[in-house]
Amino acid sequence: MSDAPLLSVRELTVRFGRTLAVDRASFELWPGEVLAIVGESGSGKTSLLRAVHGDLPADGGRVQYRLDDGAPVALDALPEPMRRQLARTQWGFVHQNPRDGLRMSVSAGGNVGERLMAAGARHWGGIRAEATEWLRRVEIDPARIDDPPRTYSGGMQQRLQIARVLVTRPRLVLMDEPTGGLDVSVQARLLDLIRRLVSDLGLSVVIVTHDLAVARLLADRMLVMQGGRIVEAGLTDQVLDDPQHPYSQLLVSSVLQA
Amino acid sequence: MSLPGYNFAYLDEQTKRMIRRALLKAVAIPGYQVPFASREMPLAYGWGTGGMQVTAAVIGPDDVLKVIDQGADDTTNAVSIRRFFALTAGVRTTERTVEATIIQTRHRIPETPLTAGQILVYQVPQPEPLRKLEPRETETRRMHALAEYGLMHVKLYEDIARHGRITLSYDYPVLVNGRHVMAPSPIPSFDNPKMHRSPALQLFGAGREKRIYAVPPYTSVESLAFEDHPFHPWKANAPCGLCGATDSYLDEVVVDDRGGRLFVCSDTDHCTTRRAAGHRGAAAGHALAGAGE
Ligand SMILES: Nc1ncnc2c1ncn2[C@@H]1O[C@H](COP(=O)(O)OP(=O)(O)OP(=O)(O)O)[C@@H](O)[C@H]1O
Ligand SMILES: [Mg+2]
Ligand SMILES: [Zn+2]
Repeated sequence: MSDAPLLSVRELTVRFGRTLAVDRASFELWPGEVLAIVGESGSGKTSLLRAVHGDLPADGGRVQYRLDDGAPVALDALPEPMRRQLARTQWGFVHQNPRDGLRMSVSAGGNVGERLMAAGARHWGGIRAEATEWLRRVEIDPARIDDPPRTYSGGMQQRLQIARVLVTRPRLVLMDEPTGGLDVSVQARLLDLIRRLVSDLGLSVVIVTHDLAVARLLADRMLVMQGGRIVEAGLTDQVLDDPQHPYSQLLVSSVLQA
Repeated sequence: MSLPGYNFAYLDEQTKRMIRRALLKAVAIPGYQVPFASREMPLAYGWGTGGMQVTAAVIGPDDVLKVIDQGADDTTNAVSIRRFFALTAGVRTTERTVEATIIQTRHRIPETPLTAGQILVYQVPQPEPLRKLEPRETETRRMHALAEYGLMHVKLYEDIARHGRITLSYDYPVLVNGRHVMAPSPIPSFDNPKMHRSPALQLFGAGREKRIYAVPPYTSVESLAFEDHPFHPWKANAPCGLCGATDSYLDEVVVDDRGGRLFVCSDTDHCTTRRAAGHRGAAAGHALAGAGE
């Protein structure tokens, strides 16, 4: 880890009408770090992630990102074309529901190739070779390259979504419950894959999850959210072994009882 | 002489001014789709009402109008649009590309190269080239605004993945002036190169979708493709049976009830002009050539 954060979030606030979905959330993400966000349903995890990504307008606060050359930029100060270009190349977002992250009627190869083409790749054979390689890396049989994702299982769709995002070698990946809604054995395989890719590629990751075991397995540090606020933050093992906030204590004890 | 009881070219002056303002904007930003308040015309949507409104807005009493449909001047639709403007604007009409100052078209660009001062008006059913891939208007608008056109190449990628080559042969997407991706309307891709740096003004009207766009004279129009799958305009590999032309776009027509087929120029003016100049194809003199032969 280097000496400056990759992402720095300050007092980020998101409202939906009278609902305060995210209430002055602040955190930092260091290069190569995996940060988990846990908390009960409705606590604001997805809203925080989407506001960081810029899909959801914030009602206050700011997100600062450090570019390749080390220069920090405030995302709300970037012109929209640049912000979107950044999101398409250096960032990736993995949705809980693969339908939100994939084009269901476009072939797997087209799905993986889209970000390359958006970045200006114009050699069909090159795009195809890269897509083939990425299918292999996420353990999808390259023979399925021309099949649309609607013919894939849930776990395969999720792995395809990850390939589609990683193909441009992003530095930062935001994942919203990537293992949610999958069978336990399928979840375990996907988590293994994510863990391997994160370390092979040196990715920096923010991962939202309901599941404290996922946080334990993947994350260096974690945040606990309740009612839109970050109520506890720390090293994963510390928070899970010795939670300080009453809500974190409740969360951990409920897992131990189960 | 125009028809009494109608304004010149049917539309009222205020409507024409509104359409001309949209056209000026379209010419200023080549390939950009300008919304306009499409009016009812005495024809159903799908019969070229967008093209007719554009023609009505630019036509003057001294213009000479040609109308083609699939390259032919004598289809019912082409004849009725020509008659409509003869009646409402009192303009002269023609079937000769070289004589026309305005050519309204569906499905073709004439084979005879257009010249400076001529206006080609396209009838457009679907102006949005990204629509089939992205149904949301807010998204396609943003894609155009930010020149995010990766999706267009996804469509071509899929075509090659499925068929080993680009099979798209109509309404083949183009990049206009290096900036906006545009639907050229359902002309064959064979005609795409004619749009590139054409001396003529090209105007596009989509009545049902309420959009106008334009390619000003001498503007670059590039057909999208891949480095290893370059753009290849498709055409039947045969000469015209009537005039022997080898470089024109051909229609395959059934000529008898025994399944006999013949390739002939889809541009009837082109074919007639060539035959008048003495060119002969293998089936010259066939009844298809018309009474004039
Ligand atoms: N589009 C929206 N419109 C209105 N309210 C919303 C919207 N999205 C989220 N909310 C509200 O904001 C709050 C936080 O929701 P959010 O989806 O961020 O929670 P979450 O922690 O991701 O929950 P889950 O674990 O169920 O995914 C909730 O009260 C929710 O009802
Ligand atoms: Mg959520
Ligand atoms: Zn001919």
